[in-house]
Amino acid sequence: MLSAVLAWVFGALALVAGALVFRLDSMAKVTFALLASFLFAAGEVLLLGLGYLGVVIVLMMVMEMVIMVVFMIMYMMNPAGLMPMAMFHNTRGSATIAGGVFIALTAGIFLVDWPERAGRAPADSTLALGESLMGGQMLTMMTLGLALFATIVSSVVLATHRGRYDRFGDDLRADHPDDPIPGGVGR
Amino acid sequence: MSLELFLVIGAGLLAIGLFGALTQQSVVMLMMGLELMLNGVIVAAAAFWYYLAPASADGQVLIIVVITAMAVEMAMGFAVVTAIFRARDVDMTDMAADLKE
Repeated sequence: MLSAVLAWVFGALALVAGALVFRLDSMAKVTFALLASFLFAAGEVLLLGLGYLGVVIVLMMVMEMVIMVVFMIMYMMNPAGLMPMAMFHNTRGSATIAGGVFIALTAGIFLVDWPERAGRAPADSTLALGESLMGGQMLTMMTLGLALFATIVSSVVLATHRGRYDRFGDDLRADHPDDPIPGGVGR
Repeated sequence: MSLELFLVIGAGLLAIGLFGALTQQSVVMLMMGLELMLNGVIVAAAAFWYYLAPASADGQVLIIVVITAMAVEMAMGFAVVTAIFRARDVDMTDMAADLKE
């Protein structure tokens, strides 16, 4: 009974916090509204018996949103919400599309004849996940690892200010890199 | 608790995120919409695992994949915003539209 009430409460709060993301003026508040939505969604995951994944979502989203708030304040014109401004375009069309998607999904949810529950949940769902990732789903895990590594390299390449052509010239044959601050290995 | 309740919550989060991703002019706010959409997928995947196939870990693996996609999306999104901002002082989707030319 308690878990049913919590599922409703967490779900409603996740939706309200999600809606607030696009309603609030202050970019810092927006980021923490998104964090609240993630935390309530993690509450739903915890209610469904996935303790490990729920805690992972909580920890990861807290870190991610703390980083996000720095970027929001760096890039947004109105970080403190002191000067209200509209940053929307095509609101009516987007609301129509999003509303249509929600209605279609909800109709599908209630019209589909969902199958019966197959099997029983394992005593330790975290152990089952670990065994699956290190066994049957090993390829998934390896692909994720490769994707994360590619992300690290790509994000550094994109975000760095000076590339090799800036440092070594157009033909890359300079003896020493032209860095504004000298230093590094071998010099 | 029922499967339908969790799926409706997931659908709601996905719709709100879609609205944000379509309306926002700032690239960073657009990323927030995408993250909300993935948040809805997480809730739905957890419900599918619990109510339909708890014996296999496929639903949990899907959540791991979505969480990874969130991390990758945020890292690459911020790197792209930083690169565009450095190149032409732009952080809005409308102003970045000439990239396609």
